[in-house]
Amino acid sequence: MKGVLGIAALATLAACGGNDEDQGGSGGGGGTGGTGGDVVVNGGEPQNKLIPTNTNEVNGGRLLDSLWAGLVYYKADGTPENDIAESISSTDAQTYTIKIKSGTKFSDGTPVAAKNFVDAWNYGALGTNTQLSSYFFQPIEGFDAVQSDPPTAQTLSGLAVVDDTTFTVKLVQPQSDFPLRLGYSAFYPLPDNAYDDIEAYGENPVGNGPYKLKAEGAWQHNVRIDFVPNENYDGPRKAQNDSLAFVFYETYDAAYAALQSGDLDVLDNIPPSALATFQDELGDRAVNQPSAVFQSFTIPQKLAHFEGEEGKLRRQAISYAIDRAAICKSVFSDTRTPAKDFTSPVIAGYSETVPGNEVLTADAAKAKQLWQQADAISPYTDTFTIGYNADGGHQEWVDAVTALLRQTLGIKAEGAPYPTFAALRTDVTDRTIKGAFRSGWQADYPGLFNFIGPLYATGADSNDGDYSNPEVDAKLSQAESTTDQDAANKILQEVQTILFADLPAIPLWYSNASGGYAESASNVEFGWNSVPLYYQVTKS
Amino acid sequence: MGWYIGRRLLQMVPVFFGATLLIYALVFALPGDPIRALFGDKPVSPTALTLLREQYHLDQPFFVQYLYFLKGVFTLDFGTSFSGQPVISQIARAFPVTIKLAVVALAIEAVFGIVFGFLAGLRRGGVFDSTVLFLSLVVIGIPVFVLGFVGQYFIGIKWGIARATVGGDPAWADLILPGAVLGALSFAYVLRLTRNSVAEGLSADHVRTATAKGLSRPRVMTVHVLRNSLIPVVTFLGTDLGALMGGAVVTEGIFNVPGVGNLLYQSVIRQEGPTVVSVVTILVLVYLVANLVVDLLYAVLDPRIRYV
Repeated sequence: MKGVLGIAALATLAACGGNDEDQGGSGGGGGTGGTGGDVVVNGGEPQNKLIPTNTNEVNGGRLLDSLWAGLVYYKADGTPENDIAESISSTDAQTYTIKIKSGTKFSDGTPVAAKNFVDAWNYGALGTNTQLSSYFFQPIEGFDAVQSDPPTAQTLSGLAVVDDTTFTVKLVQPQSDFPLRLGYSAFYPLPDNAYDDIEAYGENPVGNGPYKLKAEGAWQHNVRIDFVPNENYDGPRKAQNDSLAFVFYETYDAAYAALQSGDLDVLDNIPPSALATFQDELGDRAVNQPSAVFQSFTIPQKLAHFEGEEGKLRRQAISYAIDRAAICKSVFSDTRTPAKDFTSPVIAGYSETVPGNEVLTADAAKAKQLWQQADAISPYTDTFTIGYNADGGHQEWVDAVTALLRQTLGIKAEGAPYPTFAALRTDVTDRTIKGAFRSGWQADYPGLFNFIGPLYATGADSNDGDYSNPEVDAKLSQAESTTDQDAANKILQEVQTILFADLPAIPLWYSNASGGYAESASNVEFGWNSVPLYYQVTKS
Repeated sequence: MGWYIGRRLLQMVPVFFGATLLIYALVFALPGDPIRALFGDKPVSPTALTLLREQYHLDQPFFVQYLYFLKGVFTLDFGTSFSGQPVISQIARAFPVTIKLAVVALAIEAVFGIVFGFLAGLRRGGVFDSTVLFLSLVVIGIPVFVLGFVGQYFIGIKWGIARATVGGDPAWADLILPGAVLGALSFAYVLRLTRNSVAEGLSADHVRTATAKGLSRPRVMTVHVLRNSLIPVVTFLGTDLGALMGGAVVTEGIFNVPGVGNLLYQSVIRQEGPTVVSVVTILVLVYLVANLVVDLLYAVLDPRIRYV
């Protein structure tokens, strides 16, 4: 964690130093009298209309986070702070009382009341509204009723408005990290008139965040979207620039060219073609730091030879056979960080010293020995395959990993490409996939539990390998009912110790947030979720 | 003439149905469930899946989906994308941009191709001819994305002569670099076609007659040689307009031109059948119309050709 902060701070300092010498005069264009300048950043056409509960991808997500303010927001290192919440309190980690600051307004001047949250969450949770992020409301009491087909209730029974600025949330079971989730966009409030025509609203959204649309129709589809500061917002994320324009790029190659030619101030991702060179080309304006993305490949529990004691040995052998550091260097030009656990270094509670994580070190001799032990139980003559989507730049590392397995273990191993992500996901969710498959997890909120609960609890939504261990389940619910976050994180590390023994998925590496910015931009800092904190970028 | 145009227009009908059916089948055959992909690797509620599939008719068999599409076309309703945007408005935004780009490319390849081809043809076998032929071979040999990236890097980034990326609402000047890249491949063909055609024309009977009549050399070269030599070139340029619009996928990606290629690429990735088919259908129509116009232009260039 310290390393991450160090890099970000250094980069910021360096940029400030450079800029003092420049006497750029382009900042006055905004006309708001500020000195922050008009900042141009990269974006992409959002997949959906800008409705908080229906946006689950990064292009729409970063727009939402600028247009809305939630109960809490995440600082660059992922720690939550109140944004428009006055307080979020609970005694049993199951019933929460949420008070919002009085006097906060949407950008059209209407006040933000407790009911704006409750109504928005009810809208997002109702199955017939087909919102992509509806699963976020699953912990709240009454979720099953609004999701059933047809719904047996229209609203979540666990939500209740107490007064204008207070509401309560009752959960199905204790969840100590629930407040931590509330900074995610699915939990943003909607103004009352949004429901009149939600499609039209999503085209010209009115939020309560640091920015608002420059004008009606500011979203030029496939081209760009223009924001100006929302003068009704007076929270901790106040815009420090005069305007913010997201220019949409079809490819990151084009966006990188735009950054180099000066058309773009901040770029949040480096195209594969420039990974090897961008740190040289951008110098101290290059950003390369671990992010909340965990990469692995999952070996289904039912896969032949991978069950029971034999399976345990084989999983560990495979893990020992992979030289993560070498692959991160040669395939990814050090824009991945070798994994040390099942979570991410940018999450509070992360530890590099979880007992059992020695299986993540490369040890060919040990790998061979474990594999032979397994062969003594039952000889392995199959071909070990790793399924991946060929549209996502995975072939190189899959080739490298399978080559290592072939060499070290002396088995047949190869990649099994799927043409598209959709095709891979279909086979994974239908459980028709044969062999192992690539898996990864990008955190929805900066909590340790988020990397483990949804993936390895018995029957959990994203437990695609069908892993099940009663001991893990017991510890997970124990962690959930512990209101003390540090104590909860300790329990989650115990869970990881079990995971290192069972290896339902083989941890590989954490994706880095790699990006860069122009000479004229300063105060560029990337958040825990790899998205730059746009509101604090200034330009000379 | 009227009959001829009418017949040609009628021929477009089966082409239209055949092309759309084929494209629809191809999109339909793409593996994976596009609705599930919308959710990424996050959990999906079965209710939402069912409702969304119904909304886009994805629960129906292939042929029924196609009929829904046709019904939409005849009621001028091309449906909506997964993001809830009317396909027709997406097309209305993208096509003008690509047409602009294609016109720039066509102008560049036509002007330079014909001028250099004409000069090379006049001096067949000379140093100029050999150089131009060699260079055009090099251009043909370079894949368009290499040309695009190299052009972008040097002209756009290193020397800063043109904008490296274009973005929305491009000015004509912004499109010169991407247009040149897009037109580069066809430029070589236009050059070679013109050059051979001119070289052949030089020894034609009517040219000798014209020269013997004592007409000035410039007049012989332009009116008698060039005009006749242009017939194959115009044929090529006409059909090339369609190819340029479709072929803009790569160039538009490199230079971030929000046109048809961009739209098509995104829709294929998201398996948005209606958008893909609508865009390609319009490209097919552009192609057919361009062919018709080419055929009609023959009569202008060569008065002996008459349509009945």
